[in-house]
Amino acid sequence: MAKQSIVPFGPQHPVLPEPVHLDLVLEDEVVVKAVPSIGFVHRGLEKLVETKDFKEYVYIAERVCGICSFGHGMGYCQSVEHILGVEVPRRADYLRTIWMEMSRIHSHLLWLGLLADAMGFESLFMQSWRLREKILDMFDATTGGRIIFSVNCIGGVLKDMDNGMLRRLVETLDSIERDLRPLADTFLQDYTVGTRLIGLGVLKGEDATLAGAVGPMLRASGVGYDARQLGYAAYNDLDFAPVTAQEGDSYARCQVRIQEIYQSIRLIRQAADKIPNGPISVPVKGNPNGEYFQRIEQPRGEAVYYVKGSGGKFIDRFRLRTPTTSNIPPMLDMLKGCQLADVPLLILTIDPCISCTER
Amino acid sequence: MAKLAKSPWLLHYDGSSCNGCDIEVLACTTPVYDIERFGIINTGDPFQADILLITGGINHQSEAVVKQIYSQMPDPKVVVAVGICACTGGVFKDCYNIKGGVDTVIPVDVYVPGCAARPQAIIDGVVKALEILQQKREAFLARRA
Amino acid sequence: MEQGKNTIEPVKAEDFLPAVIHCKMQGWRLVQLCATRLPGRYELSYSFAKDLALRTLRLVVDETDRVPSITQIYPGAFLQENEMAELFGVQVADISRDYRQKLYRIARETPFKEKG
Repeated sequence: MAKQSIVPFGPQHPVLPEPVHLDLVLEDEVVVKAVPSIGFVHRGLEKLVETKDFKEYVYIAERVCGICSFGHGMGYCQSVEHILGVEVPRRADYLRTIWMEMSRIHSHLLWLGLLADAMGFESLFMQSWRLREKILDMFDATTGGRIIFSVNCIGGVLKDMDNGMLRRLVETLDSIERDLRPLADTFLQDYTVGTRLIGLGVLKGEDATLAGAVGPMLRASGVGYDARQLGYAAYNDLDFAPVTAQEGDSYARCQVRIQEIYQSIRLIRQAADKIPNGPISVPVKGNPNGEYFQRIEQPRGEAVYYVKGSGGKFIDRFRLRTPTTSNIPPMLDMLKGCQLADVPLLILTIDPCISCTER
Repeated sequence: MAKLAKSPWLLHYDGSSCNGCDIEVLACTTPVYDIERFGIINTGDPFQADILLITGGINHQSEAVVKQIYSQMPDPKVVVAVGICACTGGVFKDCYNIKGGVDTVIPVDVYVPGCAARPQAIIDGVVKALEILQQKREAFLARRA
Repeated sequence: MEQGKNTIEPVKAEDFLPAVIHCKMQGWRLVQLCATRLPGRYELSYSFAKDLALRTLRLVVDETDRVPSITQIYPGAFLQENEMAELFGVQVADISRDYRQKLYRIARETPFKEKG
């Protein structure tokens, strides 16, 4: 056996916008073991539910993470609404779906940029983020915020989109689709990019499920599970099938995410066509009494929201199991046997969101 | 302004923020906002940085990291707290694991409030930081002379 | 709304590990682990999913009871079990990667143990 050495990775690292620390045990240049140590972003948000009104807590739930903020607000609201037995107006369901899919586009474009940055392909990073600004402008126009939207409330949504706005949204999506094609070609067909992605960090379908992988990680390993199939919000009216790839390597994960951007664009077009007229929220009376597990598909994968209330205006327990919590164990499996130089890229391919994970 | 204020290097660290301000800081470096027109380059190395952008409040584990990064930066240096959490703790102030804003750990020169802070505000804060950097530099040179 | 099955099944402490093994044999994947505080006790929920169905095993234990770790069956559970141990003070025995209350390295001990 070669001599082992330990290389610390993080918490402050150029590739990661967020702090996470890994101790990498190496034999020569090959990783034999990776030990994560987290807690740099742990705030204890689940605890705040005991001191904040359950209607106010929506704003805290959104601030669990700045990238997945819309989904967190929606997941929390949906679980509380289920306990209260509130039927959300259809228009609100559609609006939530539209914003959720916009979040997915923005998150995946963000990831593509970070991936390019991790490879040192600066111009590709800039181009991806330039494209992402278009969707942020639409967020700004429809909700008034670029990152944190605060449009969810228990019983519906707070802001509506009129027909002109929906038309503008669809037009913006057309231009995004057009501009994405050359970018997608570069990611998927460029030789240099290929050498950094193809055959790297392979995770087979069976192993991925067993280790608990979710979202694009799981779908890139050939497992067609997408929590949107559960049909929450307006997804039961929309036509879509989970995007999958078979190889389970970094290239497949990149492929799945790019295809999901196109899928989200199609979903928003469908939703903009079918959106019914009507109110956007219903008044909510009473306090939640009961418990419920709600699953939704975040850009990074399936997230689970658990709410337990006992009739007071403070909820007893709110639990959020985020996609990255589930994706870290398969990532550790994936890191075993890879080259030290590939570690940053491999960590990035799970699309880690540390802020979500630690709450 | 002298040379340093014309080509400062910027270091970004996520204290314990929600990511919102972090991606806005990154968005500042990309087209549309393009902070590089002020001669600024985003670096990953504290030893070469002049401006430290910190987002998010400070928790008990990131405290030591922030102190270390700050001590590794060469003098003169400027700290910009981005986002309301970095200024005061924001919505996370009541959390059991949050100590408060960045100024509970290291001295802060510029505060940029907002949740999430907009790129325009961040750029404004950085430009303010450039002036402070220049003043600090002059004071630093005067001390050495 | 077609939600798939979503059930909560109480289990006794002695049936708990066999039930988890049974889930594994039938191909359920681990979804989440969650602890909730009850007066003097803990309510532990272990959720598993298969296709679109979700089932949750519900185990109620006393404060001093030692709960067996499920990391031998589902290795990916180690992060959430450590979290349960650190934030709530649940006594989880034999986690495959035991951080020994040092996962988040928070200043306050078991913050979720007391209300408010």
